[in-house]
Amino acid sequence: MADTPRKPFSIRQQSGFGTIAAICFLALYAPIIVLVVYSFNSGNSIAIWEGFSWRWYEAAWANDRVKDATIVSLKLAVSASLIATVVATMAALATTRTEPFRGMTAIYAAINQPLMVPEIVTAVALLIFFAIIKVHTGYQGLGYLIAAHTAFCIPFAYLPIRARLENMDLSLERAAADLYASPWQAFRYVTLPLMAPGIMAGAMLAFVISLDDVVITEFVKSGGQDTLPTYMLGQLRRIISPEINAISTVLLAISITVVTVFFVLSRRGNKSSG
Amino acid sequence: MGKSAVAADKDATSGALAGEEARRRDIQNRWLLATPALVIILFAALGPLLIMLVYSFLQKGLYGGVIWNFSGQGWFDVFLSKDIFDDTISFADAHMLIFWRSIKLSLITTIATLLLGFPTAYFIATRSPKWRGVFLFLVTIPFWTNLLIRTFAIQEVIKNEGLLNIVLLKLGLISSPIQIMFTDTAILLGMAYVYLPLMVLPLYASMERLDFRLVEAGYDLYATRLQVLRRIIIPLVKPGIIAGSILVFVPSLGAYVTPRILGGGKKMMLGNLIELQFGQGRNWPLGAALSITLLVIVMVALLFYVRNASKSGVKSHG
Repeated sequence: MADTPRKPFSIRQQSGFGTIAAICFLALYAPIIVLVVYSFNSGNSIAIWEGFSWRWYEAAWANDRVKDATIVSLKLAVSASLIATVVATMAALATTRTEPFRGMTAIYAAINQPLMVPEIVTAVALLIFFAIIKVHTGYQGLGYLIAAHTAFCIPFAYLPIRARLENMDLSLERAAADLYASPWQAFRYVTLPLMAPGIMAGAMLAFVISLDDVVITEFVKSGGQDTLPTYMLGQLRRIISPEINAISTVLLAISITVVTVFFVLSRRGNKSSG
Repeated sequence: MGKSAVAADKDATSGALAGEEARRRDIQNRWLLATPALVIILFAALGPLLIMLVYSFLQKGLYGGVIWNFSGQGWFDVFLSKDIFDDTISFADAHMLIFWRSIKLSLITTIATLLLGFPTAYFIATRSPKWRGVFLFLVTIPFWTNLLIRTFAIQEVIKNEGLLNIVLLKLGLISSPIQIMFTDTAILLGMAYVYLPLMVLPLYASMERLDFRLVEAGYDLYATRLQVLRRIIIPLVKPGIIAGSILVFVPSLGAYVTPRILGGGKKMMLGNLIELQFGQGRNWPLGAALSITLLVIVMVALLFYVRNASKSGVKSHG
C-alpha cells in the first residue's frame, strides 16, 4: 500500500474536461435554482432570504393582470399548437415516403423558413403587415397573434412528425391494403396510430414554443393582449418583486413537465420502431 | 394501392400509362396536403418579409407608418448620415457602432460557448449510455425553458446585489460590488448563458458517433492527449463544431430580449436598434431596411454553413 494506485489510462479521457463540464452544468442550473428558491421567499426581496412562504404565488394568483395574461397565453398556445399540428401532420404526410417530386424541397424550405429568420425580423415584418390589415378591416382581435404563433409553431410540430413517418414500416400499410382496407381505413387504423407518438411530440413542442414566445408576441399584440411572457417583460423594467419569480417557476414547471413527457414518448417511439 | 393492383392486370403499355397517371395524381394530392401549412406560413411569416422589403423603399410617415412615395432614404440612413448644418455625408457612426457591437458580441459568445460546450459535450459523449441520457436531458431542459426566464435568472446572479457579487464580497476578493449590469459584459454573459445548450447539443450529436478506435490508434502511435485532441477528435467532430457555432451565432446576432434586459437600453444591439425605429424613432423605412440587412447577414452565415457542411460531408465519405 506504499505507492498510491495510479488511475488506469483511459483513451476516452481528456484532462480537465470533466471539470469544465461540471462548471457548465453548475452555470446552467445555479441561476434557475436561485430563481426558484426565491419565489418561496417570505420577504419582499429577491436577494435576502427571510423564510419559506407561498405568499408570492398567492399574490400572482390574485393579480388580475396575471390572470388575464394567463388566459391569453393559454388560448393562444392551445389554438396555435392545435392548428399547427394538424397542418404539419398533413404536410409531413405530403413530404415523406415518396420519390422526390418537383417542388418537394421548396415545400420543405418554406415550412422550415420560420426557423431560419431571426425572430425580431419576423416580428417587425408582421407588425407592418398586420398594421395594413388593421387599417383596412378594423379587426383588432386575437386572430393576428394566433396566425403568427401558428406559423412559427408549424416547423416545430412538423419535424418530429416527419422523423416518425420516415422511420415507419411501409409493409404494415401494404398488408392493410392487401386485406382490402380502403385507403382511408388503412390511414385511420394503421398509419395514424403508428404516427401518434410523433404527433403528440410535435403538438407538445408547438405548445411550449407558443407559450414561451416573447419577441413576436410583443410586436404583434394589440392593447389588452398581454401574454405571461410579455407581461413579465413589461414588469422587468420596474422594481422586481418575487411575484415574477413565482410566475417564472410555474412556467418553468410546465416546460419541464412537457419536455420530460416528450423525452419519454420519443424514447418509447424509438424502441418500438427499432 | 388498390389502383396499382388493377393496373397490373392490364397490358404493359397501358399499365405504364396508368402508373404515370397514378403518380401524377399522387403528387397532386401531396401538394393539396401541404397547402394549408404553406398558406399559413405565406400569410404570417414569408409574405410579410416581402412587404417589409417594399416598405424599406418608401418615405417615412411623420408619426410612424409610411407615405406611399418611393424613397431611398431608409437605406441611405442605414449606412450614412447627412450633417444637418452643412449637408456633408459621412458614415452613420451610431449605426456602425451597433452593427460592430452585434457582430463582436455574437462572435465572442460563439467562441465562449464553444470553449465551454466542447469539453462538456465530450464529457457527456464518453459516459455510459444510461448517464449519457441523464446528462443530455439536463442540457435539454434549459434549452426548452423560456428565454425571458433564463435572462431574468442570470440578471439575478450578476446584478449589484446579486449572488455573484455577494459571493465575491464574502470571499473578500472584492471590496465593493462590481457593476456588470448594463455593460457589454452583461449582454455577453447573458447570451453565452442563454445559448450554451444550442452549442452543446449539435456537438454531442457528432461526438456520439466518434469512432474511438481512431483515438486508440493515435495513442498506439505515441500521440499525446493534446495531439489526439487536435489531430483526431477535432477534425472528426468539425461538422458539429460548425453546426453549433451557426446555431449560436445566428440568434445572438438577432438577439432582442437579452440585450434589452441586460443592456438596459444603453448598450443596444441590432434587434434593439430595429425596435427603436418602430417606437420612438418613428422611422419605419429605416427599421425595415435594418431588418433586411440583418436578414442578409444571417443568410450569408447560413449559406456558409450549408457549403461547409456539404464539403466536410464529402470529405468524410472520400
